Amino acid sequence: MRGLSDLFYKRPGALTAMLLGPPLAWIGIVYIGSLLALLLQSFYHLDDFSGVIIHEFTLSTYGQLFESSNLQTIGRTVAMAAIVTIASAIIAFPIAYYAARFARGKTKALFYLAVMMPLWSSYLVKVYAWKLILAKEGIITWAAGGLGLGGALEALLATPVIGGSSLSFSYIGTFLVLLYIWLPYMILPLQAALERVPKNFIEASADLGATPRQTFRTVILPLAMPGVIAGSIFTFSLTLGDYIIPQIVGNSRPFIGQAVYTLQGTAGDIPLAAAFTVVPMLIMGVYLALAKRAGAFDAL
Amino acid sequence: MTHAVSFQNVTRHFGQTRAVDDVTIDIAQGEFFAMLGPSGSGKTTCLRLIAGFEQPTSGTISIFGEEATGLPPYKRNVNTVFQDYALFPHMTVGENVAYGLMIKGVARGEREASAKQALDMVKLSGFDQRRPAQLSGGQRQRVALARALVNEPKVLLLDEPLGALDLKLREQMQEELKHLQRQLGITFVFVTHDQGEALSMADRVAIFNEGKIVQAGPPSEIYERPRSRFVADFVGSSNVMSPEFSKAHGGPEAWVSLRPEKINILTGDQKVVSNQFNAEGRITAIHYQGAMTRVVIEANGTRLSATLPAASKTLAEGQTVRFIWAKDAIVEMEKA
Repeated sequence: MRGLSDLFYKRPGALTAMLLGPPLAWIGIVYIGSLLALLLQSFYHLDDFSGVIIHEFTLSTYGQLFESSNLQTIGRTVAMAAIVTIASAIIAFPIAYYAARFARGKTKALFYLAVMMPLWSSYLVKVYAWKLILAKEGIITWAAGGLGLGGALEALLATPVIGGSSLSFSYIGTFLVLLYIWLPYMILPLQAALERVPKNFIEASADLGATPRQTFRTVILPLAMPGVIAGSIFTFSLTLGDYIIPQIVGNSRPFIGQAVYTLQGTAGDIPLAAAFTVVPMLIMGVYLALAKRAGAFDAL
Repeated sequence: MTHAVSFQNVTRHFGQTRAVDDVTIDIAQGEFFAMLGPSGSGKTTCLRLIAGFEQPTSGTISIFGEEATGLPPYKRNVNTVFQDYALFPHMTVGENVAYGLMIKGVARGEREASAKQALDMVKLSGFDQRRPAQLSGGQRQRVALARALVNEPKVLLLDEPLGALDLKLREQMQEELKHLQRQLGITFVFVTHDQGEALSMADRVAIFNEGKIVQAGPPSEIYERPRSRFVADFVGSSNVMSPEFSKAHGGPEAWVSLRPEKINILTGDQKVVSNQFNAEGRITAIHYQGAMTRVVIEANGTRLSATLPAASKTLAEGQTVRFIWAKDAIVEMEKA
């Protein structure tokens, strides 16, 4: 052991290599490796007659993405992910702000508990619970009726595109459940970012004549942006990839995740499934590049 | 003439703690005023009360004759240089300096010009496009100063602004700050725990202890005539002698202060003259400090320290010596 310690002391590089080697190998082989395999698959194509995958380089699989039904799937998923992300940011901000700036001691512990507790229970149980809540016979319809808002709910469900026969069979329902499931992933990074804004920045801003509203806009919000971006990476990409919620709650129109699930399963079209999977990665890449250009990471 | 800042029986409690306890003080216009005291003595809270970050539990504060009690920081014409500068990391140096003007709605061109001018004043011309993270501690300090001064405040508050700088830089900044204050004629209120800084820079010094101002006056008065044991000890670490010791050696029967540099050690052929007191003691320690040598003497159970020019005497630890001080070197203090 002595010899090993001496070796590491004299050659700090050896220690770094030993500590980082195994996890890097894991990431390199298991994550990057499988991603590359996926990327490779997306450049093959399925022979329509024989149902056999032709292992030759082609862009025709990517071409298939531009067929109208596939484009609709992509558009639907991206729109839903964007709306869920924006809604989570709007709901998360005041909660995170309160937790970071005002909550102390027990209140703070309670905040963490309240935000994290939903993450500890089973995802499927939560989704099915929501299906019951949103069903025609569910508590929301019942409560709306009792409050004399039955008509308003009917009118909402009669709205084209987002409506449906009941909340659990509409985009509104899908949206609500996605929002519920992914919200904690927005609150936590946002709260961490707000917590890192030193109190004396707020004092300095007030000292220089800024009202609390001006301080919020010019100091707190820009400094919280990295947190919003981190949170939105979670909510956006998790929504982009979710294939269970849209299947249980919502109308039967597919999202990217469902398309991938069907294509690699029953349809056996691995190349198209792979090409579909590349779409969210590209979208995230573009999103981060745009965020960087907009200066969202300047405070880092 | 109205006072720049005036405290009337100001008290600030934090729970059970009296951070500021019944402070009444007037700060004159154009004065360089230093608040000096150990940590937790209430000096920083006083500064924050002027800035408006804290509100008094009782008492009133007025700034240039206007009642400021209850006014939020953004409605006060005072600006603060924070201890750790509090520069906004997501803005350039220029944007940081122009921040106050931007908030006031000054047009971009005009405020950029003012920011450039303020940066020139603190000798940071051409730094406006940099980020605070790219600057050294001393440069950040100057940016913080420019950011406050660009608003032309009536009072500039400085919260231990030089604390994080190294000695050389600190001395240089002391000089520059003093020069700036003379040049601009703005009232400076300066919080520090460094007595040397307070004595060398300020027109007037207030000594804080346990939430109270125990003495306020010009630096020479504070140093030469400390009114209490605390002040004597905190400013320049004076020798404090008990009434018994003082009386036994010809002084008044009261707590007295005697500055270490006022003590001299007699050599063989020197005689005590009429306007001098003297005592005999044993040298317990000798600390060489470059320009000066500090000698610790124990006399009748009282420890005294004397600072002597470095090479003046050949002294040794354990040696018994007779030491002298002028009659008028001792300062009678009000309380123990």
